[in-house]
Amino acid sequence: MGGIPHDHYEPKSGFEKWLHKRLPIVGLAYDTLMIPTPKNLNWMWIWGIVLAFTLVLQIITGIVLAMHYTPNVNMAFQSVEHIMRDVNYGWLLRYLHMNGASLFFIAVYLHIFRGLYYGSYKAPREVTWIIGMLIYLAMMATGFLGYVLPWGQMSFWGATVITGLFGAVPGVGESIQAWLLGGPAVDNATLNRFFSLHYLLPFVIVALVALHIWAFHTTGNSNPSGVEVRRGSKAEAEKDTLPFWPYFVIKDLYALVVVLIVFAAVVGFMPNYLGHPDNYKMADPLVTPAHIVPEWYYLPFYAILRAFTAEVWVVQFASLITGGIVDAKFFGVVAMFGSIFVMALVPWLDTSRVRSGRYRPAFRFFFWLLAFDFMFLMWLGAMPAEEPYASLALLGSAYWFGYFLVILPLLGLFERPQATPETIEADFDSHYPPKSAE
Amino acid sequence: MYSQPENSGISKGGRPLSHAEDTGSRRDFLYVATATTGAVAVGAAVWPLVDQMNPSADVQALSSIEIDIDGIEPGTQITKKWRGKPVFIRRRTAEEIAESRNTPLADLPDQTSQNDNKFETDASDENRTLDEAGEWLVMIGVCTHLGCIPIGDGAGDFGGWFCPCHGSHYDAAGRIRKGPAPLNLLVPTSEFLSDTVIKLG
Repeated sequence: MGGIPHDHYEPKSGFEKWLHKRLPIVGLAYDTLMIPTPKNLNWMWIWGIVLAFTLVLQIITGIVLAMHYTPNVNMAFQSVEHIMRDVNYGWLLRYLHMNGASLFFIAVYLHIFRGLYYGSYKAPREVTWIIGMLIYLAMMATGFLGYVLPWGQMSFWGATVITGLFGAVPGVGESIQAWLLGGPAVDNATLNRFFSLHYLLPFVIVALVALHIWAFHTTGNSNPSGVEVRRGSKAEAEKDTLPFWPYFVIKDLYALVVVLIVFAAVVGFMPNYLGHPDNYKMADPLVTPAHIVPEWYYLPFYAILRAFTAEVWVVQFASLITGGIVDAKFFGVVAMFGSIFVMALVPWLDTSRVRSGRYRPAFRFFFWLLAFDFMFLMWLGAMPAEEPYASLALLGSAYWFGYFLVILPLLGLFERPQATPETIEADFDSHYPPKSAE
Repeated sequence: MYSQPENSGISKGGRPLSHAEDTGSRRDFLYVATATTGAVAVGAAVWPLVDQMNPSADVQALSSIEIDIDGIEPGTQITKKWRGKPVFIRRRTAEEIAESRNTPLADLPDQTSQNDNKFETDASDENRTLDEAGEWLVMIGVCTHLGCIPIGDGAGDFGGWFCPCHGSHYDAAGRIRKGPAPLNLLVPTSEFLSDTVIKLG
């Protein structure tokens, strides 16, 4: 696999040779595990393992929770309480699953922003990036579907609001919404299909993750210097890399342990910190909670959704030129999905020839502004829909789109990047000067 | 903790200290300690996943129930669900008691009482009933052959129960008399709480 020269699996025993001719699965596992990995990877390269672990954690705890959960409007809420009170370790399994979703999103945001900073998305890793964005979308869908299942007040009204986004599509919106819900409003049919899809999507994510890994194993990992591994010969490549096993496995496991200690503390001591008390009230189709907010990981995009009200000039302009077909509601939905779409297009929007942000001073300023903007929008998403938050959300949304659509394309043309190291080896040696001969 | 000998287990010349040679190297110790910790952690993580499939607290709470038997006339029976299975509670007539008590033990295929209240007793009628007089018969209504529910109220060739699935005949004391079933109908753990209340389990 991949263009980096390295040793491949050689079947030794008779059985290994027999199997290898028929199904080279041991060779696949060997090559995957022994892949040459840039030896200068820093601590921001651990989130992939954290994400892989969390995906497995969510699937295992989810399968187990499904053994006790009932997707019926009359019994769903009680069955979750049954899990919490009666099922052996049910409280632990549910809190792991609940907070596992938050861990998943913390890790994925750090993973994505690492990619944005170090230019991991640039050629030849565009496909890895696109698949990653698809995984992210599937994660958001899975998280949303799962949040509906406990059938609390936030579940119900979250489902109402989010499916309402599809109702904003001009003309066919209401039919789409009714099709998604299986009726005029969120009800038993909705809960049943959400449970089915919530069980399905994680396995779609598993398949996408396999493609994601396959893609970056083909191109090789990116690395903090942004300089490619030398591929002229095996000896040359070995100066820039170390095999994934054992070097990076041990490093990643160490990082995973540290992350899991924090995670265990949250699950053990403050399991409901990231949740909403309203979701411990059973869904009531006749009463909306006073302050309805999505889970924290959707907040930046929720802020973008709400930012584009009918008073905003771009919305009025869009409404004017489309003869009123695009109203503020639809514009907000387009902006929200568009904010992720522009991120998916970043391999082609970033025109700089230098990959890593480490050698792009101007880029670094705008990048950190984007990171701040993301946190800012997250905060705004949790605020009530009133001034001054509405105007600030518009400002934050404008910067988000401006970064991807204006700043990145222009920056590559005007910025003067610093000198990049010749090789990964040189970069590594500058951080860890080789000791004199021993 | 593993105590540090003078410098770090390796003497200045790079030669291992003598005690390290006796007991294995520091690295071996770390490997074993890490693997042990890992094994304990994996075990602790897996156990909740296994234990969650055991009966939950609400199921266990129903492991014993109380049944009101007031109003059951001689010659009638009621069926109650207990631990997911039917339990027959029959108040027997004088004829049923007499007939059951007069049956020679030698006629019974299963010689044990199968009574959870009287372990390792023979299958005589006195060992099957809940009271001394032999009026109350409490049994799990599941055929000991393949788990069907026998038909009661004097059904079958022996005036007790008959299983329609494969033709097992039980007498008025719920003892197997004819057919493929190997055992007498099981008598569950039960007791009188008062004259009109029976506790199962």
